[in-house]
Amino acid sequence: MRAPGDKSGLKAGDTLLAVENVSLTFGGVKAISEVSFDIRKGEIRAIIGPNGAGKTSMLNVVNGFYHPQHGRITYKGQTRARMKPYQAASQGIARTFQNVALFRGMSTLDNIMVGRTLKMHRGLFWQMLRFGPAMAEEIEHRRVVEDIIDFLQIEAIRKVPVGKLPYGLQKRVELGRALAMEPELLLLDEPMAGMNLEEKEDMCRYILDLNNQFGTTIALIEHDMGVVMDLSDRVVVLEYGHKIADGTPDVVKADAKVIDAYLGIERGVSGPSQESEAT
Amino acid sequence: MFYREAGQFKQSYAADQAIFPIRQDRIGLAVILLIAFVGIPLFGNEFLLASVMVPFLILALGAIGLNLLTGYAGLLSLGTAGFMGVGAYAAYKLSTIFPEVNILVWILCSGFFAAAVGAVFGLPSSRIKGFYLAVATLAAQFFLQWCFVRWSWLYNDNASGAIEVPARTLFGIAITGPSATPVTRYLVVLTIVVVMTLIASNIVHGRIGRSWMAVRDMDIAAQLMGIRLLPVKLLAFAVSSFYCGVAGALMVFLWLGAAEPAAFDINLSFVLLFMVIIGGLGSLIGSFFGAALIHILPIAIRMLPDALGLSIGAATVEHLTFMIVGALIIFFLVVEPHGLARLWQIGKQKLRVWPFPY
Repeated sequence: MRAPGDKSGLKAGDTLLAVENVSLTFGGVKAISEVSFDIRKGEIRAIIGPNGAGKTSMLNVVNGFYHPQHGRITYKGQTRARMKPYQAASQGIARTFQNVALFRGMSTLDNIMVGRTLKMHRGLFWQMLRFGPAMAEEIEHRRVVEDIIDFLQIEAIRKVPVGKLPYGLQKRVELGRALAMEPELLLLDEPMAGMNLEEKEDMCRYILDLNNQFGTTIALIEHDMGVVMDLSDRVVVLEYGHKIADGTPDVVKADAKVIDAYLGIERGVSGPSQESEAT
Repeated sequence: MFYREAGQFKQSYAADQAIFPIRQDRIGLAVILLIAFVGIPLFGNEFLLASVMVPFLILALGAIGLNLLTGYAGLLSLGTAGFMGVGAYAAYKLSTIFPEVNILVWILCSGFFAAAVGAVFGLPSSRIKGFYLAVATLAAQFFLQWCFVRWSWLYNDNASGAIEVPARTLFGIAITGPSATPVTRYLVVLTIVVVMTLIASNIVHGRIGRSWMAVRDMDIAAQLMGIRLLPVKLLAFAVSSFYCGVAGALMVFLWLGAAEPAAFDINLSFVLLFMVIIGGLGSLIGSFFGAALIHILPIAIRMLPDALGLSIGAATVEHLTFMIVGALIIFFLVVEPHGLARLWQIGKQKLRVWPFPY
């Protein structure tokens, strides 16, 4: 499989995406308030938090679906103006959804081929002929897609309409579709939700392989703490739209606020805030 | 037993990406084309050619146009007849202003006028979808039909308010007007429909078709793949209207011979929509099935009593036809809500494993 196009020229460890003081409100509801964090190139960054903490909203902000009222987002060294999702896509941000958002009427192959849309350039004229350059382009991208199918081990279902696939495989196809974009930043919204242990292990393997072999930067939301602590390089914890902790898994695990958020407050013990910016 | 692809291995992606990857399908298609191009013109009588096949092909072309929009891009439209009318009137104006240019050029060019009008009336699709979009496109239907009635320049101030097809030739053979034989008209229509179906099939199997289906199935995810919704939707409207426009021009020039604005009323829009739904949304072959069911089946039923030697009154036959066709439509939709195209798919699948159940 091809490594994602490295157009930014950033080295591993440089800041790929920086979110600064971002606030997002819907009417009177504050979904995110004053959250700052960064994602470094080549790392696996987990975003965790209880339900309704604003994790998915955060991804939607990064993606361009939501426009934050305050704060700024710097991606590849450039502070971003309001942008549309397709612009985020063209800058190399891909994502998967919490509830599978595949194109249900299309086959696995076609779904992943849609991920190549931005890289295909032949216009209506050649598409009408489906011959010569158009066919050559189609086959060139088919080859890339077949590599992805190979990587995700979904060869057997390439011609099956995705609506007929079991949930675990649908998640895998969705990952494949995101990979087809050769993303620099891959956002995974609960990639392991609703999976059994075996499927989870497979998914973890794919995520680690992606990160190790191709250096893809990954931001993931996940509720399985075992997975989060094992996979991620750094973790940011949100609660009610606020950031309550940020750091390596070990630091976050020991953070009193995080323990409070997840296990409930132990009366009289809750210590002072330990805003730890560790690396 | 005969329809089985065992042993047909694909050695290249090109072979696997072919529109008919199975050899039996290709043979079947060749046989159908042979019958259509040689068999029917040789052995068909005037009635079969002029009243059955020509309207069937033209309606199928219109249904393909609507299917590209509704079945592939998921945009519901009730303006189909309006867009067909734009094609018809554009071809009429062009052929009367520039009579020296070949009529076939103008019939195909008229599609571009329809495409432009369709794209303009497709603009609301950036904000609304589903039934609401259908209502918005209804505006196109009524506005365009109003134009055909009120704007006398469109029909050259003809006192009857209708457009009459001028006689035109191709290589010295009359193809439009009263002197054109049904065989020539049939062959011209058939050629255009076959070529345009091939082009439609190429489009829907490529990047553009996939973008349409992506927008249809999940527009949020489509945006994330870098697909810009408005241009994709407008392109769907334009291409769809192009097909409808050409179908409209063919309808007037090679089928009816003359047309009043009422020919492009909302009934035609509905008929085409029913063809698409019964035939199968998102299927080109379904458009042909739908057109056959709605146009050819009633004719066949009407002829049935005579063929069987039964003496039933003409009025009774007419009533029976309505009842039988209506019942069949309900039957097919109950058996397979995804249309005749899906039944065809299931049939082929059954044939593959025959004589075993699976």
